[in-house]
Amino acid sequence: MTPPSTLFTAPPGWHWLIACYFFVGGLAGGCYFLAALIDFVGEPEDRVLARLGYYVALPAIVLGGLLLVVDLQRPERFWHMLLQSQTWRPMLKSWSPMSVGSWALPAFGFFALLGFVAALAEGGALCRPALIALRPPHPLGCVVAVVGGLLGFYVSGYTGVLLAVTNRPIWSDTPLLGPLFVVSAASVSAALLVLLAGRSEAPPPGVAALERFDGWVVALELLLLIALAGSLGGLLRFWVDRWGLALLGVVILGMLLPLALRRRPARGRGATVAPVLVLVAGFLLRVVIVFSSERL
Amino acid sequence: MAEPMGFFTDTTVCIGCKACEVACKEWNQLPATNGGVNTLSGDSYDNTRRLDGLHWRHVRFVEQFSADRRQGRWLLMSDVCKHCAQAGCLEVCPTGAIIRTEFDTVVIQSDVCNGCRDCIAACPFGVIGMNPVSGTAQKCTLCYDRLQSGLEPACSKACPTDSIQFGPVRELRERAERRVGVLKERGEADAYLYGADEKMLGGLNSFFLLVDRPEVYGLPIDPRLPSRNLRWSTALSAAGALVVGLLGLFTFRERGGGARRP
Repeated sequence: MTPPSTLFTAPPGWHWLIACYFFVGGLAGGCYFLAALIDFVGEPEDRVLARLGYYVALPAIVLGGLLLVVDLQRPERFWHMLLQSQTWRPMLKSWSPMSVGSWALPAFGFFALLGFVAALAEGGALCRPALIALRPPHPLGCVVAVVGGLLGFYVSGYTGVLLAVTNRPIWSDTPLLGPLFVVSAASVSAALLVLLAGRSEAPPPGVAALERFDGWVVALELLLLIALAGSLGGLLRFWVDRWGLALLGVVILGMLLPLALRRRPARGRGATVAPVLVLVAGFLLRVVIVFSSERL
Repeated sequence: MAEPMGFFTDTTVCIGCKACEVACKEWNQLPATNGGVNTLSGDSYDNTRRLDGLHWRHVRFVEQFSADRRQGRWLLMSDVCKHCAQAGCLEVCPTGAIIRTEFDTVVIQSDVCNGCRDCIAACPFGVIGMNPVSGTAQKCTLCYDRLQSGLEPACSKACPTDSIQFGPVRELRERAERRVGVLKERGEADAYLYGADEKMLGGLNSFFLLVDRPEVYGLPIDPRLPSRNLRWSTALSAAGALVVGLLGLFTFRERGGGARRP
């Protein structure tokens, strides 16, 4: 049998920094989207929940950007992704996910900053209440939330497309990494917000909706992962190893167990188990995807 | 633009002397691996093993022996960047460091590259690697500097058997076709050209004459561009985002509706 052509390529050496970026980038985009969603359709008491989302999104995307710069072998040339170093003209290739992502990252960062500032203003940490206009229901805030939310989706999903637009085994052998990363970003972000908001004495009502949302999204993620395994065909044999075992752990502990736990609502400490599992599994999922191709 | 230039590597006359590897390292001032400490592969007479950022030419030794080693043959192939007409590395490079030159070759500008390594993952042949000294991705430049001065690349200049031939791609293809004909006449029925026509990535500017299946030489049978996955992967991601958005609206509306009921 002829071996798949993707096996004749070399690994790029994307390791822990990249896996961590995939995770925090997903969290940033997902938390911003959820915050914007809550701003649009949540109850007034849920605005504290949306604020948490904005508080996470900005530091997460800043951290993500730093991880990417540090991972470059010539970090001082990071700006070559934005400006052509010889002509100073903008550098953008619409057909290269890394190139578009390099622009999407600062663009999203700008909107995350607007959301962050507006959340601070509403929380009373900034003495400029007018800045609340940067969040819905103010018309300006609505525009910010819609554009920022779309960019958030882009930031959380383009990394999967980036892996697909290579010639590496597993990554470029399936078109489903992008949607998997989008859905997984939503699930880890909802889990983080549930975890953060659940610590308060009287959690806002939106927490229950987020938990329900997470249940749906985790189920969707499971379906996507099964479809992804199916789309790999014969290459699935490369998951018959410790990475495959880790992936099985992700499915059982990070997807099936949280879904089962949700059927019996727990209170107190028990309620934190499911979101913690979802978060750990979301990180592990990216580690498995990155490393299982890297070592081939 | 000057005429497209390239290499025709006839593996049937390669003797595995590695003069091309040495000439390449010498001309391009590529540093030694491992600080110059010799490391042996242990399972082959070839100790270079692969193309990477420090080895822009690599003579691959395919040692085909029966278990009792009574029967056997050596296949030798001096491997190099293919300078694809449709190059995956050039396609994804987010800094514009990878360019197509006036000779239709593909060159990484080391002063522009920032070491993101996307090109390494994109190359269908696993040609590119990091040079730890420059901190940039590197590969064969088809001796761009020598070409600009009217010289032929160092490897083909050094090759003692003319296994590596340099010239205008059009001429090389004609010569290669003739060589396949001669070999077939002499009884080498398996001789064929790899990458000489436009079916493979628009044509490889460095192509090969082989006498066994491509994978035996470590070459992919169906190399493709990374962008083949762009459309579907993007569309499915957008669909995923849409479903997530709708699920969000649905779960929050459900709650809102329930709360408003009398």
